[in-house]
Amino acid sequence: MNRLGQWSGQLLLYAAFAATLAVFSHWPNYQHLAPDRAVIKVSFTHQGQRLGDCTVQTPAELAKLPPNMRAPTRCPRERAPVSVELDLDGVLVLRQTALPSGLSRDGAAAVYQRIEVAAGQHRIAVRLKDDAHSVGFNYHREAVVTLRPAEILVIDFDPAHHQITLQ
Amino acid sequence: MTLVSAASGLRRAWRNFEHGWHRITVAPSEPLEHLGAIAGLLLLLLLATGSYLFVVFDTSVSGAWQSIDQLARTGTFPGGWLRSLHRYAADGLLLVTLLHLLREFMLGRYTHFRRATWWTGVPLLLLVYLSAIGGFWLNWDQLGQYSALASAELIDALPLLGATLTRNFVAVHAVSDRLFSLLIFIHLGVPLLLLFGLWFHLQRIHLPQVLPPRALTVGVIATLGLLAAAAPIASQAPADLARVPTALHYDWILLHLHPLAEAFSPATVWLLIATVLLVLLLLPLRHGVVAPVAVVDADFCNGCRRCVDDCPYSAITLVAHPNAKAGRQLAVVAASRCAGCGICAGACPSAMPFRRVATLATGIDLPQRRIGALRQRLRQALVPGSHKIVVFGCDHGAAVAALTAADVVSFSLLCSAQLPPSFIDYALRIGALGVVISSCTEGACEFRLGARWTSQRLGATREPRLRTHGPAPHYQLVFADGGDEPALVAAIAGLRQRATMRALP
Ligand code: HEM
Ligand code: SF4
Ligand code: SF4
Repeated sequence: MNRLGQWSGQLLLYAAFAATLAVFSHWPNYQHLAPDRAVIKVSFTHQGQRLGDCTVQTPAELAKLPPNMRAPTRCPRERAPVSVELDLDGVLVLRQTALPSGLSRDGAAAVYQRIEVAAGQHRIAVRLKDDAHSVGFNYHREAVVTLRPAEILVIDFDPAHHQITLQ
Repeated sequence: MTLVSAASGLRRAWRNFEHGWHRITVAPSEPLEHLGAIAGLLLLLLLATGSYLFVVFDTSVSGAWQSIDQLARTGTFPGGWLRSLHRYAADGLLLVTLLHLLREFMLGRYTHFRRATWWTGVPLLLLVYLSAIGGFWLNWDQLGQYSALASAELIDALPLLGATLTRNFVAVHAVSDRLFSLLIFIHLGVPLLLLFGLWFHLQRIHLPQVLPPRALTVGVIATLGLLAAAAPIASQAPADLARVPTALHYDWILLHLHPLAEAFSPATVWLLIATVLLVLLLLPLRHGVVAPVAVVDADFCNGCRRCVDDCPYSAITLVAHPNAKAGRQLAVVAASRCAGCGICAGACPSAMPFRRVATLATGIDLPQRRIGALRQRLRQALVPGSHKIVVFGCDHGAAVAALTAADVVSFSLLCSAQLPPSFIDYALRIGALGVVISSCTEGACEFRLGARWTSQRLGATREPRLRTHGPAPHYQLVFADGGDEPALVAAIAGLRQRATMRALP
């Protein structure tokens, strides 16, 4: 057998292994967003309003319950789904309705959407509805924003102040 | 074409490929035959370099980037070098694991007794991916930011957590030290799980080779060491959640799933993962030809343990002998683990052809190719005055049946190590001119340890040892895989010549 051939073959193998690692651990660059684009993210987790109102239980109803469960009012736990719409420069770009989480549909509804836009100035309008009883949306926010390339605008909902936030 | 014949076609093609491949590699450092062991070495390298990184790592969100980035800035050695080694070892581990899987697949090593080993290998592949991807997050540079968010998006696409993981990476203040601790925990915990999984993977492998032979170990470490010095890894700009990371220096070896999810959809990636996993997990259910397993004959087993020590798949255990005095033991074969390789029969002291019994029964034997029948056929072939050269070979190695010279008689065994060494002496005693033992090369042995045991037994360093009487050996051990038949022909010619010399007055 040709020892020299084998040794050079073996060296070549090590070199090929190293070259594969060196090249594909760096290259080619990944341009995950084109240079003149920006991103709008609609991201919130929000608890919709409860579907039903609390009702006062009559003494007769209370009597039927085990003693440890005799609360004076009864509140249904299920919450309304949360709907959101986004207009970008007057065009509807997102319409989504998120169901509350949890087995009894009493948790928060979550929305996460990533929308690529051209960098520059945009007029945005956000509408949100978290109440099954009212018609139309119960929160609105309009703004003109200027996005630099690669900038991210996050549209969120602030439950403490009951408003849609842009940051 | 049936699945079985497709599998055997692949197997033949791969064997041919490896046979040609041997021409360009140095035998003990042959990488293809040690892929599992190279993966083990890379894992060890990752643990060692990872321990160093953990010591210098700042576990807070604000300090993490700085603590790793400065390794590359304050002179490359040893910090930057160890960090680069850590990354390259991770890249290497995934590639080598995939190659290991490919080779075992091509050789059809996933059915019957290998099923459990294959099945326990599949989660290891997942854990390698998971450990590696998690490592990028800890740098908390733009690549880490991109990967963390892309991973969260991928997980949120499953109807599990109500799409809330991504929220952790949406706003600048969202990534808390607590969340970051979780990321660190993943990168520490998953590799530990991997080690644990490896222990399962090797449960049915007797004497597993978890590290490559020394020369190959040195070669792999030197290659990665030089690479880490020549092309050190540097962090990218620190994570900034208010901006999309653009133009990333991208690790395509480890992070290819993110762009795939981007180009198609997270659902596509999950579908791909599920399909691959399903195929890998269902593959072992294919039924090929099942080889009959070893059978113990309690009357001839004295509990000497040799078969236990030699069985490549830990298929034999010893129990108290039911019909003998206290303290004596009996071999028991676990059928589901047994490869039907016959190596145990070659180890058994009762497989002694000189015994004066009409039919040679042994402590452990393979019903499809009995040791007693081998003695019978040997006697028939070596009638007085026949002057034959005997060749003992293996079904999986060089084709001994194809040797057609008139003075040659060949016996193909389940594995060369099925041959009890005393048969060599026996053949010579009853008139063979010479004996050739053809064994596969060590890395090519179908049953892992057959070639090693054959050479140790014939070299008298392992029981049962070959004892030959008389002068210069009239036998020769040849390492010949399929395609190496000319080496056998040459060995036969050599023995023939020596025999002629001896016959001269
Ligand atoms: C971190 C990943 C892995 C490591 C470190 C590893 C390591 C090993 C080692 C050390 C052996 C024993 C080699 C010997 O002594 O003969 C082995 C055998 C084996 N591995 Fe893996 N392995 C890994 C992943 C996998 C995967 C993903 C598969 C396939 C799904 C796989 C399938 C097998 C099979 C079928 C064998 C048995 C070979 C035989 O019966 O001769 N392994 N592995
Ligand atoms: S035939 Fe092979 S695998 Fe089966 S018990 Fe014997 S040595 Fe072990
Ligand atoms: S080698 Fe033979 S005698 Fe020894 S334990 Fe195994 S079967 Fe029994």
